[in-house]
Amino acid sequence: MSAPATIPAESAPIRFRDTQIEMAHGAGGKASRRLVEGLFAPLLFGNATGPLGDAAHIDIGGAKVAITTDSFVVKPLTFPGGSIGELAVNGTVNDLAVSGAKAEALVVTYVLEAGLPTSLLEAEVRAMARAASAAGVRIAGGDTKVVEHGKADQMYITTSGIGRPLRGVTIDPSAVRPGDKVLLSGPIGDHGITILLARGELDLEADLRSDTRSVLPLVEALVNAAGPGIRWMRDPTRGGVATSLNELARDCGLGVVLLEDQIPVRDAVRGACELLGLDPLHIANEGQFLAVMAPEYADAAINALAMMPGGGEAQVIGEIREQPAGSVLVTTLYGGSRIIDMLVGDPLPRIC
Amino acid sequence: MRFVDEFREPELISKTAEEIRRLAGTKRHYRMMEVCGGHTHAIYRFGLKDILPENIELIHGPGCPVCVLPMGRIDDGLSVAQQPDVIFAAFGDMMRVPGTQGSPLEHKARGMDVRIVYSPSDALKLARLNPDKHVMFFAIGFETTAPSTALTLMRAKAEGIRNFSVFCNHVTIIPAIRAILDSPDMRLDAFIGPGHVSTVIGCRPYEWIAQNEHKPIVVSGFEPLDMLQSVVMLLHQLRKGEARVENQYKRVVPWEGNRAALRAMAEVFQLRPYFEWRGMGFISQSALRLRDSYAEWDAEQRFVIPGIRVTDPKAAQCGEVLKGVLKPHQCKLFGRECTPEHPIGALMVSSEGSCAAYFNYEHRKAMASSLSSIA
Repeated sequence: MSAPATIPAESAPIRFRDTQIEMAHGAGGKASRRLVEGLFAPLLFGNATGPLGDAAHIDIGGAKVAITTDSFVVKPLTFPGGSIGELAVNGTVNDLAVSGAKAEALVVTYVLEAGLPTSLLEAEVRAMARAASAAGVRIAGGDTKVVEHGKADQMYITTSGIGRPLRGVTIDPSAVRPGDKVLLSGPIGDHGITILLARGELDLEADLRSDTRSVLPLVEALVNAAGPGIRWMRDPTRGGVATSLNELARDCGLGVVLLEDQIPVRDAVRGACELLGLDPLHIANEGQFLAVMAPEYADAAINALAMMPGGGEAQVIGEIREQPAGSVLVTTLYGGSRIIDMLVGDPLPRIC
Repeated sequence: MRFVDEFREPELISKTAEEIRRLAGTKRHYRMMEVCGGHTHAIYRFGLKDILPENIELIHGPGCPVCVLPMGRIDDGLSVAQQPDVIFAAFGDMMRVPGTQGSPLEHKARGMDVRIVYSPSDALKLARLNPDKHVMFFAIGFETTAPSTALTLMRAKAEGIRNFSVFCNHVTIIPAIRAILDSPDMRLDAFIGPGHVSTVIGCRPYEWIAQNEHKPIVVSGFEPLDMLQSVVMLLHQLRKGEARVENQYKRVVPWEGNRAALRAMAEVFQLRPYFEWRGMGFISQSALRLRDSYAEWDAEQRFVIPGIRVTDPKAAQCGEVLKGVLKPHQCKLFGRECTPEHPIGALMVSSEGSCAAYFNYEHRKAMASSLSSIA
């Protein structure tokens, strides 16, 4: 959540009318957007009306930097394929990457619950060190707070990062045009479903791992091969692909039309979603990104990603159309179609 | 994915759709009610309306257990959970259904111990894990979910688990269909019969619909091909002027139902003389309560229940929509005061509720002007 820099206005209109904060306000879907746009933006971002991106790009005396921050409250702390420490590094690196910047340094804040075994903390600090080294980012400092036992759930981590804008790419939803292609870096839903199963509340098992990773190498490959064709990028974390693309549709005033059979989803994720009545398009990811490309660059983009480790399952999953303006439409092979909205409510709390 | 992809096969679907167009012709208008909320959800999720010809009208029925629950029952259940050391456990569908003081989720945000469970046995597990608390399972559902509540209660009794109770809202499908047919403003040609309920009760309980009411009914599965095939079967009957019960969902539904499940229900439950349904009023013998031999696990007997009756907001037309008299978007509140985020009626909450399904999948599609360019 970041916005263009302007001076905050004391008299800015507050449009947020919900009387109390609920889990849905942190789920990344409609309620989160209402909170950010209705309360935070008018009071903190100087009533900025521009679209809110994954990171803010600011100018400090002529030097351009990207800055972002993200908190992690995932439960359980470790799960197949990753842990909170890795998420905390990759999440912030990825927010910078999809805003077109390479993470240079992170600072980290730990909120710890009294009674937390040191071994758990050490394991997560080690996980952060490994993830930072893999992502090529420095951890430059941090802060620690401890709260009474029972007042937090083991451990929360916040990371803030600054990054250097990548040359040759500009992320701007207003540059999106009808005919542009929507590209997805790989299969969706792995992270959210892995966390759900890792909680052990369902008697369901599947051979599935979180997709947490730094997407920076893939984004760099995309920028190198097709930078001028990139209009917009986003990592579809909470709220999933459907929520990210709905935000795009609203920000650019155009329609996003997806071809359901082109969207890569592993069978284990599809199966769990069928059983639980969830839509994979609403499930969180931690190692994927969406890009909207000028059509003439789409092939080059897919080819460039295919040459990278972990990029072989990238797909064009749809395109931008004039209609349905402001909405996302999913079409099926047999001619049916449905509108898919942002995530409403919070079916899977605390997944990152 | 097996058992799913076969029933979404594009070529078979377009062939079946072609067959439907041929059978339906253009001269006659067909009104078919899908009784089950699961079917309503599937119709919108798979965009089946785009595939069916215009003269086949699907009417959404009352088969969404969350939707038919009057608001007073939710208030009653939450009033138990207000007491100290009570855990309120319910299916996820219930969590955003509004009571007069807010939904279970809003109560949770204010500190109530509210848990989502995926089966009644998970609620019993919670009771085992929290011996110093009382776990109340807020049970909802038709005959689909009633047997698992029954089996859970039988286990609680066998194991002597005393910190567990059920607030029973189980309802039965046949009296609801009867009430629909009694409704004077309802003109229906045929029924798409509920699939999951029928796995338990079988197909025989529908025979009066064919014999006495002369309406064909086909018990249907939930995949696109299942539903389209059921429409074909209904059209064959209607064209010949027949009215029979047929079973399209043979791979799951036995004609005689599930005897073991029915036995478990009979062991634990008895019929209430009458029960209030949202928008449809009191329907006799339409709901279940726990037998006296299970009184110790019956939240309505263990706790003081206020027995609140709450009238629905006047402007909301949930009843008309539940009975299929109005389409969701014809309700005065639809999409304005009542949205999935701020639901007024439960039909806007559950994924099986016709208002939520219509809002999520169809509403804005209908609003987008030139959709023809996309197909």
